[in-house]
Amino acid sequence: MAAVEGLFTLDSDEPWLIGGRARSRGSYFFPKSLAGSDPACLGDEIEEVLLSRTGELWSYTTGEYAPPAPYVIPGDEFEPYVVAAVRLAEENLVVLGQVVEGVSVEDLSVGMEMELVIDVLYSDEEHDYLVWKWAPVGTSENGEQ
Amino acid sequence: MDDIAILGVGMHPWGKWGRNFVEYGEKAARDALADAEVGWDEIQFVSGANSVRCGYPGYVSASTFANALGFTGCQLASSYAACASGATALSIARAQILSGVCDVALVVGAESTPKGFFAPNAGERHEDPDWLRFHLVGATNPTYFALYARRRMALFGDTSEDFAAVKVKNSRHGVFNPNARYTKEYDVDDIANSPMVADPLRLLEICATSDGGAALVVSSLEWAASRGVDNPVRVSGISTVSPTYPNSVIELPYLASDSWAAAGDETMTFKDNIAARAYEEASVSPEDLDFAEVYDLSSAYELDWYEHIGLCERGEAAKLLRAGDTALGGRIPVNPSGGLGAFGEAVPAQAIAQICEMVWQLRGEAGHRQVEGAKVGLSINHGMFGHGSSVICTR
Repeated sequence: MAAVEGLFTLDSDEPWLIGGRARSRGSYFFPKSLAGSDPACLGDEIEEVLLSRTGELWSYTTGEYAPPAPYVIPGDEFEPYVVAAVRLAEENLVVLGQVVEGVSVEDLSVGMEMELVIDVLYSDEEHDYLVWKWAPVGTSENGEQ
Repeated sequence: MDDIAILGVGMHPWGKWGRNFVEYGEKAARDALADAEVGWDEIQFVSGANSVRCGYPGYVSASTFANALGFTGCQLASSYAACASGATALSIARAQILSGVCDVALVVGAESTPKGFFAPNAGERHEDPDWLRFHLVGATNPTYFALYARRRMALFGDTSEDFAAVKVKNSRHGVFNPNARYTKEYDVDDIANSPMVADPLRLLEICATSDGGAALVVSSLEWAASRGVDNPVRVSGISTVSPTYPNSVIELPYLASDSWAAAGDETMTFKDNIAARAYEEASVSPEDLDFAEVYDLSSAYELDWYEHIGLCERGEAAKLLRAGDTALGGRIPVNPSGGLGAFGEAVPAQAIAQICEMVWQLRGEAGHRQVEGAKVGLSINHGMFGHGSSVICTR
């Protein structure tokens, strides 16, 4: 199940982020609930849209220390992870996400093409809690070429 | 916009003291009153910068500090604006003074901080970006600082050595500051040997969370003159602007930047807007500055500020640093106080502490940190959820 409902689709082959788009203005938002930030959208209808699945790597970093709650450490021990900020091709929107396991900062460079995948954020006895992550195009299980 | 006078400043030293934040604020306030030679019973208005980490007394800071000094029936206002809280409290005091509601006011901020990463409020809050970024991405504050740093490396060719050099510079300044928490002079190797926190930033390059308190006594120029103070340090500009949509930089604590698909100038960001308003109000330009106190939440973050406040063109900051221009003795010293690198951050007190340093510099009382002949200073900071501030002081 989704770690938080309503932010992304759960299609494991071709997952999408769910955003908002101001119908006449044309600006995009993620999540949709933050649609107020464009003053030109006042009174505009915000429609739910699926955002581009690929984009250009804007920047990246690592988390070498365990963040505080509400981050849930997956597994028994904290493992460092990589975070990417990806500029979506069409929307000109930079979106954060963790990078899939097995990709290190040495494998990344600003400007490379990334794509959206669905992965496990953490698990408990009943469920896997899913989230979107970023993967370099061509390296993910989901997006294998 | 008319100026107001800063008659007195006071600080409680930064540290990890683990005591009640009220103590820090009270100490800073008493020092500011003594420095101003103004009695507590003369203060007509207290403007408090709130803490969200010290329980209810932190949310009603003006009342809390007034109570600690003794209730006199003066007017109160308590405000919170993340890192901009201190400058916001000052802006409220200025408005009261310039509108004639009061002549003389006390501005106070203080905080006692927990160890480690700042964390969001408790509860399952799916609509709160601050909760979402921790839960879904594990994005801490240093995550964002590191994204900006890496972007500088990719776009402008800045190096880890450049970032370390910022910390080295600020640590040299901090050695001379009795209110700083870290007064050790670091070299590049110390930084390179500290643990990686968020690649490319290491532990010594990331602002710590600190305890501290700072206070100002401010008044109208007329009231200052009535006390025989004819040439006070003046507050000439205060900016507390919101971002202007669309801002192309991904800001704390959001999961995404604004979209500039529909409109917008990618090169004009929130941090540029903060500085622009302060310059406009003060009728001052970047060439007029003698020094600046900028919010070095990370070493690399200081370099961003050089560009946003107009010390150089975008991408040129590392050249200024390498040339020694921004060190004490250089053309335009940045963070003569030692900055957050030497202080850590005590959120509601930090913008006020920046102003304290400006006052000491403009009075020529900064000792070994003194920028010779300083007449114009700028402080600037930038926090969560679209709050940021800048203050320009002149003498």
